[in-house]
Amino acid sequence: MHWQNSSVHTADCAIIRALREPTGLVQASAGEWDVIIRQGRRADLLARLHWTLEQTGVLNTLPEATRAHLESAQVIARKQAGAVKWEVRKICQALVNIGAPLILLKGAAYCMGGLMASQGRIFSDVDIMVPKTCIDQVEAALMLHGWVATQHDAYDQRYYRTWMHEIPPLMHLKRQSVIDVHHAILPETARLKPDPALLLAAAQAIPSEPGLFTLAPADMVLHSASHLFCGEFEHGLRDLSDIDLLLREFDTVAGFWDDLVPRAQRLDLARPLYYALHWAVRLFATPVPSPVLHEIDACARPSTPAKQLMNTLLQRALVPDHVSCHDALSVPARGLLYARAHWLRMPAHLLAYHLAHKALFPPHSAAN
Amino acid sequence: MAELRRRLAGPGIYLSMGAFVTHVQSAIPSVAEGIHQIYHDAQILEEQRFADFHVALERPASHRRWLRPQVIFRFDGYTPFKPLPVNQAFALFEWGLNWCITTHAHQYLIIHAAVIEKEGFAAILPAPPGSGKSTLTAGLVNRGWRLLSDELGLISKAGLIQPVARPVSLKNESIEVIRHFASEACIGRVVKDTLKGTVSHMRAPTESVVRAHEQARPAWVVFPKFDTGTAATLKPMAPAQAFLGLARNAFNYSLLAEDGFRRLATLMDTTTAYSFHYGNLEEAASVFNALAEQQRAYG
Repeated sequence: MHWQNSSVHTADCAIIRALREPTGLVQASAGEWDVIIRQGRRADLLARLHWTLEQTGVLNTLPEATRAHLESAQVIARKQAGAVKWEVRKICQALVNIGAPLILLKGAAYCMGGLMASQGRIFSDVDIMVPKTCIDQVEAALMLHGWVATQHDAYDQRYYRTWMHEIPPLMHLKRQSVIDVHHAILPETARLKPDPALLLAAAQAIPSEPGLFTLAPADMVLHSASHLFCGEFEHGLRDLSDIDLLLREFDTVAGFWDDLVPRAQRLDLARPLYYALHWAVRLFATPVPSPVLHEIDACARPSTPAKQLMNTLLQRALVPDHVSCHDALSVPARGLLYARAHWLRMPAHLLAYHLAHKALFPPHSAAN
Repeated sequence: MAELRRRLAGPGIYLSMGAFVTHVQSAIPSVAEGIHQIYHDAQILEEQRFADFHVALERPASHRRWLRPQVIFRFDGYTPFKPLPVNQAFALFEWGLNWCITTHAHQYLIIHAAVIEKEGFAAILPAPPGSGKSTLTAGLVNRGWRLLSDELGLISKAGLIQPVARPVSLKNESIEVIRHFASEACIGRVVKDTLKGTVSHMRAPTESVVRAHEQARPAWVVFPKFDTGTAATLKPMAPAQAFLGLARNAFNYSLLAEDGFRRLATLMDTTTAYSFHYGNLEEAASVFNALAEQQRAYG
């Protein structure tokens, strides 16, 4: 079983290598494919691998049993992309009279904007952003059109409405689809404070979709980076793969690389961008120009001990949560990053209050 | 058997079942016994290879392990179901495999149906539980029909049926009915009080297992219904009605979207649809044999 429990060297992880060097898969053995499919399934990256192999012309050289798993994942991704488009149309109809720009975030933005990062992507919910001044109107309009609150606990409602960057998720009564309505990209209580007004001002209309906007290219990258490196790593590798594809796509946008680091500094997101660029280069060989790497290093490189600690944690959290990638530190690494995410979301006194409340009044599902 | 048990408890075995290879690990004796008895003719491979599914049946480490021992089904480390009493371990293995296929094999249009074949022509028997589909299937495969699948009809892109040579699941009275109808049938351990009542599994006929890589062309879609005391009656069914019946019984019809529609439309163009009421297996077998004879004679 030499390929199981293999080294934790992240860049050598089978699914990451497959996505980075797809042409190398022509020679992959059955045993190697076994691990690639399992890791890719766990990381929700099989459909993306399907797309990558289609692009590079490798798909038709694969053994039939392997290709079947990639095709199966692609069927799900294609259906989800269709469902997201349908949901976005419905949201648009619900909000037509609000008069505020409807900005799509993350997967929905990649999908409606026709970006490469939507290819082979698995979606969980639709994320939208509206100005904070409109948020009550938006919520009311969505409720009129069948979306209802999912968080019924009074404390959770307050948690979202007072401290978070979004209102409690809304679920559609009939379709069970979930919308996250944001007014900012990080919690109001978070240590980093990207100004939502700057994001709104730079938002760009999607040419083929009247009334729909995405964040500006640099802001899309920064949002994805902040989501990943200030948040949770459940879809860590998928999110980093999104960042890789965004950077490759925006490579041709005039001024993109020149503006990226200054924009990160303005939005208080230089540190997440530092991690995003370095890890994208390291795992996906993303062609980031070296002046950009120097520029981000100069303004956002952590101290050496902090960097070493983060490397130790990230190399375990960015690989698929699969037995073939686990080592003795995998569980503590994910735990520490989870704690770090909370630490970054709230100042200490609020965090202590929040955790104490959750411990004293556990949600029903946990209490049972 | 001792060797099988040892391998299952250790590195696991690779069980070939037509369309899929499953890597199985379990230290539970009834799983080894079930595989030994019910997958008797299946290819069991020991060499490490590509497996479509990696599954394990384990005893969860909880306080219940002494009072009411349980079993959990793991899919590559992930646990999709709640634990069951340990005496249902082999049934859980079978149900778990159904789940593996219906959630991961969308290269096929997957219909909740039995499929049997004779003289190169396949009959798809879609039906909700309780329609007597498995009983009819178990009966016919003991009267010269080849078993392609008992639960999951897999329709390939080319419109052919891909066999999955797995056991036939029998429930409640049908266990005795099949014992009586085909004394040579190998029926495994009977487990009472499961979610589906009393269940057991019948070994797939050897020829079905040996020919598990041979796809078949569908010729008929037959919706069976068991009614005690009814004479066997085969009634032509309008293609549109059969189409809807198939779509209702498909696991991934809406997931496949236009492709799913096209595959069903092609299926309706190339098959004849019937509804079939029967009250007696011998009669049912002669109706199906006549159908096959007619097809062979006239094409």
